[in-house]
Formats: sequence, C-alpha cells, structure tokens
Amino acid sequence: MSCTVCLCDTELSQEDKSILDEILAQHSLQESSLIPVLQETQGRLGYLPRPAMEYVAKALKVPFARVYGVASFYAQFHLQPRGKHIIRVCQGTACHVRGAKEVLKAFEDELGITAGNTTDDLEYTLEVVACIGACGLAPTIMIDDETYGRLTPRDVRKLLRQTKRAAQAQ
Amino acid sequence: MKSISLKINGQELRARPGMTILDVAREAGIEIPTLCFHEELSRVGACRLCVVEVGGGSKLLPACTTPVAEGMEVLTHSERINARRKALLELYLSDHPADCLACEKCGDCRLQDYAYAYGVRTIPSEGERSQRQLDDSNPFFIRDMEKCILCGQCVRMCGEIVGAHAIDFTHRGFQAQVAAAYEMPLQESSCVFCGNCVAVCPTGALIPKGRMGQGRTWEFKTVTTTCTYCGVGCLLDLQVKDDQLVDVSPGDGPANRGKLCVKGRFGLDFIHHPERLTKPLIKKDGRFVESTWDEALDFVARRLLEIKGAHGSDALGVFASAKCTNEENYLLQKFARAVLGTNNVDHCARLCHASTVVGLATAFGSGAMTNSIPEVKLADTILVTGSNTTEAHPVIGYLIKQAAAQGTKLIVADPRRIELAEVADVHLQLLPGTNVALFNGLAHVIIEEGLVDEEFIASRTEGFDALKKALAKYTPEYVQKVTSVPADLIRKAARLYARAERGAIYYSMGITQHSQGTDNVLAIANLAMLTGNVGRPGTGVNPLRGQNNVQGACDMGALPNVLPGYQAVANPELRAKFAQAWGVDLPEKPGMTITEMIPAALSGNIKALYICAENPMVSDPDINHVRKALENLEFLVVQDIFLTETAQLADVVLPGTTFAEKDGTFTNTERRVQRVRQAVSPRGDSRPDWQIICELARRMGYEMAYQDPSAIMDEISSLTPSYGGIDYGRIEEEGLCWPCPTKTHPGTPVLHAERFTRGLGKFTPVEAIGPAELPDDEYPLILTTGRNLYHFHTGSMTRRSEGLDWRLPEGYVEINPGTARDMGIKHGDMVKVASRRGEIEIRACVTPMVPEGIIFIPFHFAESAANVLTNPVLDPVAKIPEFKACAARIEKVASLEEVS
Repeated sequence: MSCTVCLCDTELSQEDKSILDEILAQHSLQESSLIPVLQETQGRLGYLPRPAMEYVAKALKVPFARVYGVASFYAQFHLQPRGKHIIRVCQGTACHVRGAKEVLKAFEDELGITAGNTTDDLEYTLEVVACIGACGLAPTIMIDDETYGRLTPRDVRKLLRQTKRAAQAQ
Repeated sequence: MKSISLKINGQELRARPGMTILDVAREAGIEIPTLCFHEELSRVGACRLCVVEVGGGSKLLPACTTPVAEGMEVLTHSERINARRKALLELYLSDHPADCLACEKCGDCRLQDYAYAYGVRTIPSEGERSQRQLDDSNPFFIRDMEKCILCGQCVRMCGEIVGAHAIDFTHRGFQAQVAAAYEMPLQESSCVFCGNCVAVCPTGALIPKGRMGQGRTWEFKTVTTTCTYCGVGCLLDLQVKDDQLVDVSPGDGPANRGKLCVKGRFGLDFIHHPERLTKPLIKKDGRFVESTWDEALDFVARRLLEIKGAHGSDALGVFASAKCTNEENYLLQKFARAVLGTNNVDHCARLCHASTVVGLATAFGSGAMTNSIPEVKLADTILVTGSNTTEAHPVIGYLIKQAAAQGTKLIVADPRRIELAEVADVHLQLLPGTNVALFNGLAHVIIEEGLVDEEFIASRTEGFDALKKALAKYTPEYVQKVTSVPADLIRKAARLYARAERGAIYYSMGITQHSQGTDNVLAIANLAMLTGNVGRPGTGVNPLRGQNNVQGACDMGALPNVLPGYQAVANPELRAKFAQAWGVDLPEKPGMTITEMIPAALSGNIKALYICAENPMVSDPDINHVRKALENLEFLVVQDIFLTETAQLADVVLPGTTFAEKDGTFTNTERRVQRVRQAVSPRGDSRPDWQIICELARRMGYEMAYQDPSAIMDEISSLTPSYGGIDYGRIEEEGLCWPCPTKTHPGTPVLHAERFTRGLGKFTPVEAIGPAELPDDEYPLILTTGRNLYHFHTGSMTRRSEGLDWRLPEGYVEINPGTARDMGIKHGDMVKVASRRGEIEIRACVTPMVPEGIIFIPFHFAESAANVLTNPVLDPVAKIPEFKACAARIEKVASLEEVS
C-alpha cells in the first residue's frame, strides 16, 4: 500500500478486546503498569498475541517497540500460543549426564516440534529448563505439575500415549 | 549556586552542581573515551569505556554518570584504567566481525579508533559469535547487527530526540539486539527513516546505502551547506568524491544541531538524476530541440524585447523562486523591475504565506516568525495549528515532541488527527475553514475569565476595546456549533494557553491557505497579544515557512508591491533610492500577484512569463485553468533543473543548477541568513540561475555583472536595511537572524522585544465567514490538502529520489472508515475524486486520521493532482487561494484486487 500514515486496524477479536479493557481498567494507564498488565493479559489469553500487545501499547502510551522489548526480555512472557499441556524437559547437569539429550530428542520426535515450540493442535508446548530440583530422579521432566523421573526415550513414548489417552477419556 | 572544585589528572577544575565527571572533563578538553555517550541523550552508563579512578578507590566509576563532588580527585588514564579499557574493547571485538579492511566505517569508527588508542592488536577469535542476517530491506541504510555493540545511542536518538520510538532492545543476553517490535522491517514500524540513528552509530552497524563502495571517509571532501527542502534551514555536510555527492551527514546548524529528516539525509540523489536538464531547449514545431546558450539566450532576449515593445512592460511577468538563493531572487526582481520595467514579479509565497506577510505586518509591523527555532523548548504551552509539523517541518516537529515529552503543554488545532495530536494535551478537531471562529472563541474565554495580560495590552497594544466588543458573541457554545469543537475543550485550551508563562503559537498553511487566510492570521495575533505572548523568548507567533528560501524570496522583494526589505514600490523616496542604485527609472504601479497573472494570461493581458524554478502546473489551484492560461501565452520561458509539468509547456527551457552546484544564501523560517556552498560542478551545460539572469539582462541591454554571489549580497545589504549588516564573512560560521542593520549588530532572534516593529501592536477584530465552498448534495465532502513527510512540494525533486519514491510512489486520498463504509470503499481501492473544477483518480487510504465527511489529499503527485480539484477563490487582501477547503465527492472506480 502506498500510504504510510494509516493506523491500520489490528486483528484483535472483540472478545480479546473486552478482556484487555477489563484488565486495563484495573490499572493506571502509564508505563509503570506495563508488566502487571502483560502478566494478566497472558494469564487470561494464555500468551501475548501481537494485536493484544499493540492494544496495550496504545492504551498505556508506551511505544510498541518497548512493549515488545520487555515481553521478549522476560522468560515468563510467551509470544507464541502455548499448548494445553506444558512439557518441561530438564537439562541440568545431573540430567545431562544421565541422557537428558536423548529424552528431549524423543519428545521432539514424538511431537514433531523442536524445543520452545507448540504442536499445531495446541495440545503440547515443549520447553527445556535448567533444573527442576529433582536431580535424584535424573533425567527428569514435568508435564504440567506432574514430575516424572529416570526416563528413557522409550518411556517418553509410553508416557505421551498415556497422557493422550487420559486427555481423550476426559 | 556554589561551584564545586575538583582535580582531574592533577588539574584544578571548577564545576557546577549536577555535572558529571565526564561533563567537567569535556569542558576542560580532557579526552575520555565513550561509546554510548551523546551529549543530547540520556546517560545510561552502558559501554563502561569511560571508567575513571576516583580518589584511589578500589572501584572504577563511569565518568558519564558519576556526579562530581567537592574535593574529588580523578584519574582518567592510569595504567589500571587503560588495562580495563583494553579488556573491554577486546570483549566488544570478540563478538564483532573482523572485517575492518572492507568495512565502510573504517576510518570513522569509534571502536576501531579506541582499539588503536588502547593497543588492541588482534581481534580475539575464541568463543561464540552472533550470527545475524544483514538487514538490507530498505533503500536508505543497511543494518548489520553483527557489528552492533548495543550502546543504545540509536534507540535513545529514535525515542528521545526524534520521538519515533521505532526501535528498542529486544530479547536478552547473547540474543539481545536492537530491533523494531517483532524484528519487523523498519518500514512496517513507526520508523521515519530520518537516519539520525545512522549518524550516531559509533560502529559499522548502520551504514547509508548511497555511500557503500564509494570510497573511504578520508577520500571525501566535506562541504557544509543549507538544505534545499523545507524552511527549517538544517545545515548539511555534503560528502563529495570525484565531483559526485556520495553521502550526506547532518551539520551542526542552529536549527538542526546534528539532526536531519529523511529528505535532507537521503533525498538528495535527484542532483545526479539522469533526467537533469543539461542543455537549453527551444521548442520548434512543437518539439524541444537542444541549443547552445548563445542561441537560447539571444532568442529569449529578442522575444521579451519584442513583446515589451508591442504590448508594454506590464504584458510581461516573472515568477521568482522560493527554491533559489537570496542573490538569485534579488536579481530576478531586479530583472523584472529594471530590465523588463514591470512590478509583475511574485513567487510561490503567494500560495503559502501571503496571508502571514499581510496579517502579521498589520498586527505587528513585520510578517515573519517572531522567535527562533531553538526557543520551541523554552515554551510552557505550545499551540500548533494548521501545521502538520512532523511531516512538513520534521526537525521542528522533533523539538515540539521533545518539549511535550518534557512536560510542555501541547494544544493541537487541526481537522486531522495528525501525529502531534497523538501526544497533545488537547486536540481541537475543527472543521476545515472555521479557524477564525475557533480563535475568537479562545479569545472570548480568555477575556471572559480574566486571563488577559492587562499590562501588556495597556502599554504595548491598541484597539482592545473594539476587539472585546466584537468577540462578545463568540461564546464556546456558539463556537462549538460553527467548528464542531466541544465547548469544554475550547475552555480548556484557552486556559492552558493563557495561563502559560511562555505561550507560543506555531502555525502554517492550514491557517494561511484560506479565502479568510489574512483573518486567520490576525485572529492568531490577537490571541498572542491578549496574553502578552510576544517579544519574549519561548513565546511568539511563529509561521513555519514552507520552502527553504521562501522567507528570503519575500525579503528580496520578489513580490509585486515591495522592493527588497519590504520597501514599498509605491513610496517615491524608496523607489528613487533603488532607481539611483540600479541606474534606471522604476515602475511605480504595484504589479500583479501569481494568482492574478494566471487569469491575466488567459485574458491576454499578460503575453509572456518568465518562470524560474516554480511549477504552477502542480502547485497552483485549479490546474486545468492554469494550463489554459499558460497555453494562451505568446511566450513562456522556464528555468529549472528538470523538465517539469510547467516546463513542458514552455517555448524555451533554460537549465539551472541545484543548490549543491552553486554559492549563495538561503533565509530560513526563523529569518536566519545561512550560506549555501557549491559542492559539485554544474551538471552538463547547466548554469547557476544567477549567471543565467545576468547573461539575459546583458543581452537585453542592461549591464548586470557580479564577480560572485558574495558581491550580489553586498549590493543587497547596501539597499536593504534589515540585511544591512550581513556579508559572507560574517555568516561563514553561523547564520544571522535579520533584522541585522549594521556590521556589528548580532542579529535579532526575538522580534518585537521592546516595541512592535509598527510601534504598538494592533488588535483587529475579525468575523468568522468560513470557506467559500461548502458541501452540498452534489459534492457532500470537504476536501483539504497538504503534505506528506516523504515528498516535497510538486515532487520534481523527491519523486526523482530513489528511496523517497520507494517509500511513497503514488498519491492517496485519506478517508474515514465510516465515510468509506457508506461509499463501499475499501483500503487500497482506486477511487475518483471530483470537485466543480475537475476530477482525478487516486488510491483510497482508509484511516481514522480524518474525521467523517472530510477527505485529505497530499498535493505532490502530478498524475493524481489535488490541485485539479482545489478552489482558486482568493483571500481578498493577500490573494492566496483556498487550498484547504473545497467541496468534493468520491466514488469507487476499481477494487484493490482489480488494480494490483
């Protein structure tokens, strides 16, 4: 397009917009509210979609580049949609020596995604973490709030099948 | 305040409270290395290179953020410090490509300079290296983020100075980089491509594309000159090699202090454009044929003399040029008056600020910006009206945004939601052409609520009682009906402006280009005088002049009623002074304006026009009418750098030069006379315009010989009291603001300090009339016109700039989403816009920038020319046309999918 001046309509859905309005109403509209607003937005929407960040930027009068800068700085913020289930694969020292790499590879192969990403059906997000404090069980992983230890790549496949079945049963 | 004494490297120094160690060292000329420091930007202490030892303490402290304290003893270059700096540099270089040999920045790179200074002999090669894709996505500069050292100067420049906030630090740790949100290409961000980030980048991370492969910094010759685009008057450092312009960097001028906009920085490549005129052209059997200068000049001289002989001097007219230098405008009006014998000389000031010249001369006695540009930041409240400053005067726009960010109250009165409106405290979104009502409403509130400056009114002005009486009916509620601005916003704005210690008004063509333009200006002057906001720093009535030298062209008397320095043609004594100096009798009857010469050409009263570097076929209202008028002439000469839409109609075209190929002076919007310096030789056989005029005059029997433009300026200053103290020697380093009557006078940044130029300031009651053409059933919309950041005036230069054309290759009409929905128009559709004068096809830009019922078209584009549509109705006094409001209608021609 030729014109460079448009304030193009964002693709924010009406539903997301009313959620954001609700959140923003709880805060003073200034830069210092940015992090709490982003946290609550992620809490409600599951992650930080781009149109939501643009909306927050305008509302708080904080440049969009800075909002993105903050959101991309903190590990707690997610810019991509996250799965219903979060799988955290420990890569700490103990897990590393006991084969965490292979465990991770098994998850990647089974889910068809690399670490840090989410399956297309939005069921699983695969993450690596530094240590979950269960070194005695190394190599360990967490699926949501449940911890599993002493895993082999074979266990991974089994575990995933069980989880999927449990999900279907629900 | 008490001063602080301290020692740096054993040297006793005194400092003011609040200074940092670096400030004191810089003042004393002690060099401390820095990579992230810039004197105009906030201090972040990021690069750690400026660390110093304080009082033998164990910790090294950053000089840029450590405040001085009484008795401090500082070392800046101990062995320990130098070792630390060397280690830091090695760390920077450990994640930096080792390609100094081929790097464009080589020789001008701070990282390289410091590596040399601190003895870093090899670039450490162990460890991980950032792998980043070179960003080559825009035509202005490349972004090589592998060479970025994360000093953040670009981020702060973009946010704190330019106010674009396009980039910031993203991600964390080793992944951290400077980027726009989502690492999107800059053209999708709020980047305005001003290149000020490039100017402060200490390494090779940001490099202008134009200079790549052109040579080493030390091979370039730097020529400091004044920008040819708008009236801000930024200084440029042109980089020249082998008689070619290879790069432009910002100069350190009073108006710009090292900043530029996209046009000045990246838009000067038109100088070398292949379509430059390089030989005189004579039209033979309807086609242009190249000729020699002798043939062309002899022919022009003969024809002008013939027509003068047959029809008299007043059948001839000259359009001087706000693009040309003061010296050239002086010669053009001298040519009209002394050689042709007519006062029919005018220029495009008629189309932009004629109403300012008349209005402010009536109210104050001088029709120019009352205060200087840097004073923007001294104001407590700024009222910007009818000026889209960030697009039309970008560098002044930066200052206004900086002021607003630092707490200055900002009131924007504009029909469009322009960028400044986004950061304003109050946006008065008035209907186009209802300015008088709005200003009268503000004045009404100021009087009603007792916010006037009584002492100022009593001692400095006249006519207050009549004004007060006339304003009685302009209650906020009444004004709301006329302007559609809510009454409470009118009250709020009036209070903000009137209660300010220093209130400043900045305005431009949204005020002047109306059939009531002069009244608009008078109403603004009334507001300023009511509140005593004239004659002090940080206040004033500040018309932002459009062209680089429109102020100068007016000063030089390229106007039909005044000689240089606004000395009236009708005054016999003044006329006699010039007649004696020029050695001829001068015509006494004031001549015709541009907007009168065009109709006179159609009616046959004007037979020949000499148009120098103006393009009325795009810039003037009702272009179809202009075409008929120019075609009806017996003889048309156009002197220009390109074969413009106007030049195509000429009988003879004479190739002039650009500003980069000649010497002279421009006078910017703050009345500062600044040097223009030749950087490259004239292209082909083109000649500086002043030489062409002299040659032509000589062939017409009038000796006009000057050794150089400096000699012309000496003649100007001898005849023009306000320029009396100006010569090239005095303005070599920095320009002077007129009035500057004597060789020892320091110039006058603030006008009307003790008394108004006319004595007392004069209140003039003005009544709201509104635009001449209102929407009706047939033409239900109001069309207003203006500018876009990426183009200038009729686009003859900017549309031949590769980068600017890439950024904005075609015209567009802005239309509100509501109006667009009603008409079935979508973003990107081709639409037809029609008025009573004509119709154009143009692309629709659906945007909330304009309110419902109003459409906006930038006037730069000849193929979709806004001025086919505009109304040529004139302000009765200033003869300026009503570009800013006419009735129009719009309909869809083809959808985006069909045309692309």
